[in-house]
Amino acid sequence: MGFGEWHGIWTIIILVLFLAIVGWSFFSRRAKKQFDEAANSIFEEDKASSVKESDKPESKKDE
Amino acid sequence: MSQTIPQQPIEYNMKVVRQFTVMTIIWGIVGMALGVLIAAQLVWPELNFNTPWLTYSRLRPLHTNAVIFAFGTSALFATSYYVVQKTCRTRLFSDKLAAFTFWGWQAVILSAVITLPLGITSTKEYAELEWPIDILIAVTWIAYAIVFFGTLAIRKTSHIYVANWFYGGFIVVIAMLHIVNSMAVPVSFMKSYSMYSGAVDAMIQWWYGHNAVGFLLTAGFLGMMYYFVPKQAERPVYSYRLSVVHFWALISLYIWAGPHHLHYTALPDWTQSLGMVMSVILFVPSWGGMINGIMTLSGAWHKLRTDPILRFLIVSLSFYGMSTFEGPMMAIKSVNALSHYTDWTVGHVHSGALGWVAMITIGSMYYLVPRLFNQKQLHSIKLVNVHFWLHTIGVVFYIVSMWISGVMQGLMWRATNADGTLTYSFVESVQASYPFWAGRFVGGVFIVVGMLIMAYNCYQTIQAGRRETAAGNVVQTA
Repeated sequence: MGFGEWHGIWTIIILVLFLAIVGWSFFSRRAKKQFDEAANSIFEEDKASSVKESDKPESKKDE
Repeated sequence: MSQTIPQQPIEYNMKVVRQFTVMTIIWGIVGMALGVLIAAQLVWPELNFNTPWLTYSRLRPLHTNAVIFAFGTSALFATSYYVVQKTCRTRLFSDKLAAFTFWGWQAVILSAVITLPLGITSTKEYAELEWPIDILIAVTWIAYAIVFFGTLAIRKTSHIYVANWFYGGFIVVIAMLHIVNSMAVPVSFMKSYSMYSGAVDAMIQWWYGHNAVGFLLTAGFLGMMYYFVPKQAERPVYSYRLSVVHFWALISLYIWAGPHHLHYTALPDWTQSLGMVMSVILFVPSWGGMINGIMTLSGAWHKLRTDPILRFLIVSLSFYGMSTFEGPMMAIKSVNALSHYTDWTVGHVHSGALGWVAMITIGSMYYLVPRLFNQKQLHSIKLVNVHFWLHTIGVVFYIVSMWISGVMQGLMWRATNADGTLTYSFVESVQASYPFWAGRFVGGVFIVVGMLIMAYNCYQTIQAGRRETAAGNVVQTA
């Protein structure tokens, strides 16, 4: 296989991988749960310290 | 929550974060003041005092190196070390190696400050430093990668927070770009020639150059954005899913955009067109990040009224959105035919550098300083507000001046008479640019004054923290 063909196939592999990531992020229920946890995780750090946990939002829906 | 939360506070390594934070502010003042000096030299050329090492040609690379590698990169070191520890809930992988990255990086900057005014340069834009310094950069950067990824490896959480993905992408790609582009044959201690030649050299250089924009000035600072915007707004990021998708889109597309710096040159035409198309597509993931950051504030817009730190962070994203719309447009060949080599490019770069990069950095530094130095809040929020307005007015002054002079220069250079001769000589376009160069200088002065106010405000905060620590009143804020 020539250099050019290999590059073409490589590009297609990357595109398919990207579409797989998009599909996973949109349709996986487990991903959704993980995403919500991850998004809120930065408000959980330093529980023992003086960070005020009372006024942190529970989710982004509480508008 | 699946993560376990430790009972006692984690012993973070905040020393290296403090060092990089203080140096960010100092190098910011130095780099931006140099920019103001060379802007003034364009209006009043006698300001080089007939001294070779004060000439525009030698100070301009020093200005770009100081703002990108001293100010911007110190900020990335500081925030990445802070964020990776906080989100992984563990101390840095190695304190010694982290200290080495601080001193190594300061040595790199100091060598730039010495060699560039002396005229020692490889002449590659944004990669001017000569080969011994390049080796020091590579060694320091590999140490940085070991500290960062080592910390990720020993994390106490199950998930790697998205900010770290952006920081990680930035660290890996900058290592690759720097090592490949700096390949050179040394002929003496301070002189080398690039390993590449001709159009290949140009393509490697702009593959490096544009990805330095894409990964250092974009991906790295998006990492900053994904931590400090939600923290300061006290709301989780608008869409974590969008952050994942736009991360991979940005990573896979940016790497192709370099050829747009070489439109209408000896580079093969198909390469130019490919670079143009990829640059235009890049608009989509860029705006993904911008929307995600700004919408994090949805439902809490009122916070912008009272919180100037949040204002810095959010306005930086507006500038990010603006420059990532302008950039793809300028990458279109027919637009580039007008904009290239004019002040429009300079204006575009500064709307990204002063609007996006500097404002997100300043906002993050204002967030960090009280937390790092044992204080509940900054010395003066009022002064942050003053800084915000000085900076914003300065940036707008700068960009608008460059837009006008850039479009004017482009139009004057392409104007022809009926017989095909050029309507204007080059000198006439220089003369017509003077008022706008003066406008840029004024904008720059606003920005530097703002930075000095920031330094004063942070100094007072740090001193207050020192006094309290000396009095034994330790507040756990870091």
